[in-house]
Amino acid sequence: MAEAALKQSATEARLAGLEMPQGGWSEAARRDALARVTAMGLPERRDEYWKYTRPDTLVQADPVPAALFDRSDEAPLFDSIDRLNIVFVDGVFDAEASDDLALAGVSIERLAEASADIHWARDLYGVLETNGQKPVERPLAALNTAFAPDGVLIHVTGKAEKPVNLTYRHQSETSDAMLHHVIRVDAGAEITVLENGPAAARFNKVMEVDIADTGAFHHVRAQGRDHERRAATHIFARLGAESIFKSFTLTANGVLTRNECILELTGDDAIAHVAGACVGDGDFHHDDTVFITHDAVNCESRQVFKKVLRNGATGVFQGKILVQPGAQKTDGYQISQSLLLDEDSQFLAKPELEIYADDVACSHGSTSGAIDEEALFYLRSRGVPEGPATDLLTLAFLAEAVEEIENEALRDEINARLSGWLERHRS
Amino acid sequence: MLSIKNLAVKLEEEDKQILKGVDLEIEAGKVHAIMGPNGSGKSTLSYVLSGKDGYEVTGGSAALEGADVLEMEPEERAAAGLFLAFQYPVEIPGVGNMTFLRTAVNAQRKARGEEEMSAAEFLKVVRARAKELKIDADMLKRPVNVGFSGGEKKRNEILQMAMLEPKMCILDETDSGLDVDAMKLVAEGVNALRSEGRGFLVITHYQRLLDHIKPDVVHIMADGRIVKTGGPELALEVENNGYAGILSEVA
Ligand SMILES: Nc1ncnc2c1ncn2[C@@H]1O[C@H](COP(=O)(O)OP(=O)(O)OP(=O)(O)O)[C@@H](O)[C@H]1O
Ligand SMILES: [Mg+2]
Repeated sequence: MAEAALKQSATEARLAGLEMPQGGWSEAARRDALARVTAMGLPERRDEYWKYTRPDTLVQADPVPAALFDRSDEAPLFDSIDRLNIVFVDGVFDAEASDDLALAGVSIERLAEASADIHWARDLYGVLETNGQKPVERPLAALNTAFAPDGVLIHVTGKAEKPVNLTYRHQSETSDAMLHHVIRVDAGAEITVLENGPAAARFNKVMEVDIADTGAFHHVRAQGRDHERRAATHIFARLGAESIFKSFTLTANGVLTRNECILELTGDDAIAHVAGACVGDGDFHHDDTVFITHDAVNCESRQVFKKVLRNGATGVFQGKILVQPGAQKTDGYQISQSLLLDEDSQFLAKPELEIYADDVACSHGSTSGAIDEEALFYLRSRGVPEGPATDLLTLAFLAEAVEEIENEALRDEINARLSGWLERHRS
Repeated sequence: MLSIKNLAVKLEEEDKQILKGVDLEIEAGKVHAIMGPNGSGKSTLSYVLSGKDGYEVTGGSAALEGADVLEMEPEERAAAGLFLAFQYPVEIPGVGNMTFLRTAVNAQRKARGEEEMSAAEFLKVVRARAKELKIDADMLKRPVNVGFSGGEKKRNEILQMAMLEPKMCILDETDSGLDVDAMKLVAEGVNALRSEGRGFLVITHYQRLLDHIKPDVVHIMADGRIVKTGGPELALEVENNGYAGILSEVA
């Protein structure tokens, strides 16, 4: 009883400080989301789904302040990529820093400005999020649907001329940002969405992605190096027949990150890959929570998560593959591995398979290991000093996740970030 | 070149003495061979010289061109010119053979204050050396030693040696697991590197390799010591009569 009351009062305290944007096509969805989050209550540490990650600081009324990180030692990420830039500073759109929202094959609008009564995004906003609330509740996502003041609405009608890059700058130590993006990929259309930056002291982000038959969505993000930032992100995607969804996330630093990815394969022959590489040193808690539902025939899903942890860093993986009745010929692969660079660090993994079809091939594996001493000595005996040799072995460990990025230039950028991080964080 | 004096080594974790006073003097330009029964300490000697963890030097010394190698980190020994072709080469998943070779070559050059090899130059040299050892492009691309056959791993060791051009080469049973043709290739690889300024220590069980790589001096190691030293004829004696005769003679 007391627990439920505490949860309710924590939820009320959080909601009290928020203002719902009024009017326009999204209002009904926002009201519905508010009702849902009020009924569910915000996560609390006794919730089963939050067993390994304490949600307190993600839920409390005010964010914990986060010091700004001096990132002048590296060029901005994705600088080598020809892209359309959209910049948010502490969650607020920065028109001056952004490009014109015009791109061949794509229409882009801001959520805050798309105020007409009828809008294509109306069929998706909060809809995929609602679908993703079963069988596990994700109250922070509903909270986002209700209150996110801005975000981008991307309608991909053809082959996007170049990637759309969302840059999230963090300039205020006490910022609390929410963004909600909706992306619709039409049949045969294709886009790459990039995201990078810490966004805010506390960031709550939802991305809903609807991919029509034969559409393709590629996603590469890096979450920013501010040590004290906190983030809870959700991706909800629905995949049509023969469509492709590929998402990769790099997380380097960040005191708390919870990345949820909820995918529903609803059309036959769809392919969904979700991957992550994270590197944490010290006060670092990173949680990947994935839920993939196979609801069609002959689909492939792949989860590849690699975590490098040191000085007491914590990694969490909760990953589930649910194969619904009739989803025959499902090919599901899930691997989560950690490389623990010392004995203070820990990796907590809960891989799950739930299968209601008989003709499927699903595999999952989870491991924790240390640097291979034999390999390290071999490298050193060839003249490679211990630091670079350890880095080389660490990058090799991360490679399976990074290789999920199809585009070579993007892959190179991510690898360069990882090398730089490892070099700065040697023992 | 390499001067080992009364070297005594025990296991770090156990109270087990493995080397009990090894004396060896390998001059530049010379090839020395070590033979000896299984477990006599040959690999231990090669590991201790290259700096592997797990051993404790309880006495004696080892110097490469006058410098105390036992005080150096493994990578410093390598940069100083010491090379060990492993009895059991290590597999490194995820690290491409080419990346590995280039990283090693340039790390050594950097340590010696030399200019790094450019990608183009490196590619040219590695291709030429690989061709001589019949190592194909595919093996260069694959992760280090992963899925290589026993003989391929040994040829890969020689390729590394050829690329790194060390001063003092220690080959630990590089001939084991090689077919007749591969043995010739490896021997040719070694012979191509023989020079005035370079010393070799070849650990082997078989005379066959020594037919191709003609040693100047042959040592017999038993129970952690060099018990007999002679010319190439000593290897023939082992081949024909085994160790029993030699060991009873020195006992
Ligand atoms: N790390 C270790 N732990 C336990 N025993 C060891 C270790 N290293 C070496 N030894 C022991 O030391 C002895 C010498 O081993 P070493 O590998 O040097 O022999 P070797 O002469 O190379 O033999 P081989 O001809 O079979 O290769 C053996 O009895 C071996 O079991
Ligand atoms: Mg041996």
